[in-house]
Amino acid sequence: MNEGTQDIPAPLGLLAELTHRCPLQCPYCSNPVNLERRSGELDTAEWKRVFGEAADLGVLHVHLSGGEPTARPDLEDLVAECREVGLYSNLITAGVSTDEERLERLVEAGLDHVQLSMQGPDAQINDFVAGMRGAYEKKLRTAKAVGRLGLPLTLNAVIHRHNIARVGEMIDLALALGARRVEIAHVQYYGWALRNRASLMPNRAQINAAMQVVESAREDLKGRLVIDAVVPDYYARFPKPCMGGWGRQSLNVTPNGKVLPCHAAETIAGLTFETVREQSLADIWYRSEAFNRFRGTDWMPEPCRSCERKEIDWGGCRCQALAFAGDASATDPACHRSPLHGHMLAVAEADAKEEEAFVYRSFANAGAP
Amino acid sequence: MSDAPSSEAVPRLPRGVRLRHDKNRDEWLLLGPERLFKPDNIALEILKRCDGEATIGAIVEDLAQTFDAPREQVAKDVRAFLVGLAEKQMVEFA
Repeated sequence: MNEGTQDIPAPLGLLAELTHRCPLQCPYCSNPVNLERRSGELDTAEWKRVFGEAADLGVLHVHLSGGEPTARPDLEDLVAECREVGLYSNLITAGVSTDEERLERLVEAGLDHVQLSMQGPDAQINDFVAGMRGAYEKKLRTAKAVGRLGLPLTLNAVIHRHNIARVGEMIDLALALGARRVEIAHVQYYGWALRNRASLMPNRAQINAAMQVVESAREDLKGRLVIDAVVPDYYARFPKPCMGGWGRQSLNVTPNGKVLPCHAAETIAGLTFETVREQSLADIWYRSEAFNRFRGTDWMPEPCRSCERKEIDWGGCRCQALAFAGDASATDPACHRSPLHGHMLAVAEADAKEEEAFVYRSFANAGAP
Repeated sequence: MSDAPSSEAVPRLPRGVRLRHDKNRDEWLLLGPERLFKPDNIALEILKRCDGEATIGAIVEDLAQTFDAPREQVAKDVRAFLVGLAEKQMVEFA
């Protein structure tokens, strides 16, 4: 590595949130509840500089995300820059606002892969969850165009209690659309999803049934479809290795240029996040207080500090610890060794019985969390 | 299906999968969608020969000669390696 220190590895992935603008209104959106307006977004030259710095830093994959990244008219330029500096580019899109000509231009610019979100396996459920009529048909058209252009496609299916019984149909849809890979991503409760937890949380029986469907499909479809799953951690025994560890593998750049260790890091009061408008990515990655705060294992309290899994899950999720314990350095309550584990499970079970309506993700509904 | 590619099968990297040398880490990497694979020396020799033209048979022959290794063992290793990668959609057979 070029600038690093011996014990801080270079990052592998960069999530570039190009904009918060999006035609969909999914109630589980990972964006913060305070959405950034267009006027605050980094411009083309600033993003290009970020991609150059990322490549120099050792980043390999760039995930062009949002909001909806195709809302940026300069997306072709940005993809071309990724290719130019040697980054693998992945477009994470809702697929409702891109025609085939635009996709073709993106492919010509060097796009490597498309990840298309699906809210459900038919128009009724998809469009209800997405909060956009006609979205499903547009997504199918986008998926087919990606196939015609020969680009690899991943379908991303976010799972919650309104579509959890239909996981098998989502996998069938991925196959039918020629996807090489499908992500069965149980909702992670941050941002808009946390606000909507009582209208999204499934119960344990639903989760177990869905996980069985996924396991057997994975076996049946070996060699035809890669199935990746993001597990629902409210019902887990051990926490997830959130982001592969704080400041260990990945970084996020928000639409206005703030650099975060994860989507939800800004919910942690007391941490200051630097911006690419003032510092280089390398400075922020290696030297900023925020990235070093929960890096490695030295910050850990008990029971994490003496846990044999501490370099497996890296202490789980700091934002979840904050949300439940009021302390971002506490043990992630998803871990059965946390004193709050029983409380977290009780919250999930209670939420799973609620019948709340969605608060759709929109600028109108945005505001202080 | 990727069960038993014949020695006439031609392995290649699908669109969206790239083998490249990373100058920061000074190592070869196979990049795919949300996937990163670090080939060891033997794997790298196999991957470099997956040019979309050479058959499995030709790759085995080339490796056996280049490294003066028993052909049967090489054939077994190459096949197992490629089938494993094909299951992850990091290699395809034409």
